Amino acid sequence: MVETHPILQTEDLTKHFGMIKAAETISVGVNQGELVGIVGANGSGKTTFLNLITGYLKPKRGRILLMGRDTTGLPPRAIIRLGVARSFQVPQLYTHMSVLEGVLLSLAAESGSGGSFWQPLFKESRRAEALETLKRFGLSGYTHRPVSELPEGGRKLLDIALSFALKPKLLLMDEPTSGVSIEDKFEVMDTLVKVLQESNVTTIFVEHDMEVVQRYGRRVLVFDEGRVIADGEPDHVLADPEVRKIVLGRV
Amino acid sequence: MRPNLRVLSILSALLILVPLVVPSWVVFILTKALFTFIAVLGVALFLRGGQVTFGHALFFATGTYTVGFSVKWFGFRETLLLVPMGALTGLIMAAFVGLIMARYRGVFFAMLNLAFSMILYAILLKLYWVTGGTDGISVGTATFLGFPLPAGTYPFYYFTLVIAGLITYVVYRFLASPLGYFFRAIADNEIRIEYSGESVRRVIYLTYILAGGLGGVSGVLGAFSVGHVVPEDAYWVQSAHFVFIALLGGFEGILGSLMGAVAFEFIQTYSSKYFPYAWQLTLGGIMLFIILFRPGGLWAIYESLASRFSSKTEGSTHG
Amino acid sequence: MDIGLFTIIIFDGLNYAATLFLISIGLTLVYGVLRILNISHGGIYGLGAYMATWLTILLLNKGLPPYLSYFMLLVGAVIIGLITGPSIERLCLRRIYGSDIHIQLLMTFSILLILEDAMKLIWGVEPWFMSEPYILLGQFSVGQIVYPRYTFLLIGVSASFGVFLVWLVRGTRFGKLVVSVIQDREVSVAMGINVGLIYTVAFTMGALSAALGGAFIAPTISVAPGFAAEVVVMSFAVIAIGGLGNLEGAVLGSLIVGLARALAIHTFPELELAVIYLIMLLVLAFLPQGLFGAVEERRI
Repeated sequence: MVETHPILQTEDLTKHFGMIKAAETISVGVNQGELVGIVGANGSGKTTFLNLITGYLKPKRGRILLMGRDTTGLPPRAIIRLGVARSFQVPQLYTHMSVLEGVLLSLAAESGSGGSFWQPLFKESRRAEALETLKRFGLSGYTHRPVSELPEGGRKLLDIALSFALKPKLLLMDEPTSGVSIEDKFEVMDTLVKVLQESNVTTIFVEHDMEVVQRYGRRVLVFDEGRVIADGEPDHVLADPEVRKIVLGRV
Repeated sequence: MRPNLRVLSILSALLILVPLVVPSWVVFILTKALFTFIAVLGVALFLRGGQVTFGHALFFATGTYTVGFSVKWFGFRETLLLVPMGALTGLIMAAFVGLIMARYRGVFFAMLNLAFSMILYAILLKLYWVTGGTDGISVGTATFLGFPLPAGTYPFYYFTLVIAGLITYVVYRFLASPLGYFFRAIADNEIRIEYSGESVRRVIYLTYILAGGLGGVSGVLGAFSVGHVVPEDAYWVQSAHFVFIALLGGFEGILGSLMGAVAFEFIQTYSSKYFPYAWQLTLGGIMLFIILFRPGGLWAIYESLASRFSSKTEGSTHG
Repeated sequence: MDIGLFTIIIFDGLNYAATLFLISIGLTLVYGVLRILNISHGGIYGLGAYMATWLTILLLNKGLPPYLSYFMLLVGAVIIGLITGPSIERLCLRRIYGSDIHIQLLMTFSILLILEDAMKLIWGVEPWFMSEPYILLGQFSVGQIVYPRYTFLLIGVSASFGVFLVWLVRGTRFGKLVVSVIQDREVSVAMGINVGLIYTVAFTMGALSAALGGAFIAPTISVAPGFAAEVVVMSFAVIAIGGLGNLEGAVLGSLIVGLARALAIHTFPELELAVIYLIMLLVLAFLPQGLFGAVEERRI
């Protein structure tokens, strides 16, 4: 039997904020090529999980293994360099630059020329690649516009595009459709999933909207008070009334 | 960042030709403006990233005293070597100081900067048996390949102009590079930078080193221009003047700093000649005006005038 | 070290700390409430010194009893504080709240430039001497050391003002409003607090403290153009050490800097200037927010 090395493995991952158990003995593995959704009520620890994996927070206990390497305690930039990228609940964008410049910066960072001070950012090959990326994400119309002019859905897409441009092996998305209008939600996700699958990027996405998870995820993790309480196929897991009650929040 | 070639060529032409038809004291002012511009570029770089280097005089003084000690200990005045040496001492100073500076932002960055420059000032002042104390060191006339280059003369001016031109090119390349853009991005979103795999601290450190080199070059030119190096070269007022000029000119483009430097030197010279007790007031007043009404500085004023002028001409061809 | 030297260092240190404290507490208060680092603070200090000197000389020339001179120092300071405080805050600072730091620094620096020249224009460039208040109190001796009694007055004024400010901020209703504004401006506005008035009062308190510092130091020095420049940067060092915006920090910072400077002057005079900035460096290298400052949190 061929054993697939998990691209992400957490062991007993635990993080407390005072009395709050933001993460409690989380042990999950995600294999290469998976498309995993994470759901849970507000404050159930979904974003904390992403923060822990990407090194923004240090766990109180437990280990994180990325592509077989123990990355517990490493800072975000080291983890990014290993091939992980992440998008945010509130898009983290370079507000005073143009859309194109942002993507160029990600590409420059990825190719190791982030510290170069003599080569131009607008190198021809890089420019072509950036334009291509913008096209795939449907942002070509805003290429030279300042980031501040993007509509909400565009901001989200750009945030993800900036992460995607890093050519990650593992992409973590924090609520890719939050703030996007209901009509656009599926369109955004269609674009995203298509791009990700074409590049064979392992994807984990946190979502509030169970419908989105059901439609696009192949596997779902349900978080509650820092623990993973369910793990399996969306149709099956999300049909469970207990799970629905927990995710939709209790009073 | 496209170079505004039209403005650049006009300014270059002016800088090359105007000195030939004006009295020599104007040439002296322009020389001063040019080496000040070089130092101000370092400050402007940091302003673009949202940080204020309130201690840039540290590097300026590093440059001036490089000349000072070179003259005092070795009688060496060769600019062809001293300019690169000034750059080097500035770079090294920045490499040391930057190790601490890169960890800070905002007010603390500004204040720590200040602290370092004041420490240098204190050392230069108090260790008088080495540095000459308040009297400083007299540096005499510069040489270029052995030929004398007296301050305030054409050869010295054009030499300074050439150096300023080279520096402009270097800074232009920097601003167009990934490092230049990342530094700018620090003001926007540090988190995104870190999540691109880049180290914000390293970006700041490298840019700081560049700024230090610029300050050092400026200092070397300044030392010979004035003929004298004094501890005040490191005083906080000197740093404040650099920041002032950077903001006066507008720090978005390189040429803004040049405009600011020229404007500052002329205002300072004229005002102190005619209103010796009111030139600071004049400067202060101008600055308040700029802050309240045109925060982009002289460069922004120029840009808005230019666009209004070009749209007017367009209108007339259609009318 | 013999006891004589030790005593002198303590006296000198406290003397210096008292002046620093008067200047710094205003600077840190303004930063705490308005979040502005006020470079023109040094200019107000200068104005206080000039005004106090001038008024006292007027008084003495009119033949009024010299003991009133202390009162005149106070009056001079209050006049300057009440004029500069509201005018600078309302006319200039009000327009830049929330702006980037470089705008703030630039504006306050420009105001400093204007104030410096204003002093030259009003009072000329020749130095003014007015040391009656200082001489009047005479000296006292401790063993072989002779020391001016004026130091006690300085320490007294400084401590009183400090106590007054602390009482104002911690003990009155007004003070509680100030604290609320410091902690969360938006919530304060939403609660209907007149934030504008609080800003004006806070800044005026700050201006008053600078003016007092200048007024009471004036009898011990010659008041001439440019004397305020050094104070600007030294007060920064003090509040950086103590923690920006923190009143207790200003006390501690002043004491540390004052005593360190006195120590340096009497042992290694070459270090006198550098020691302040070295301490600042040391403190900030380990505690970037200063001794009592609040750590800024990251947000994602």
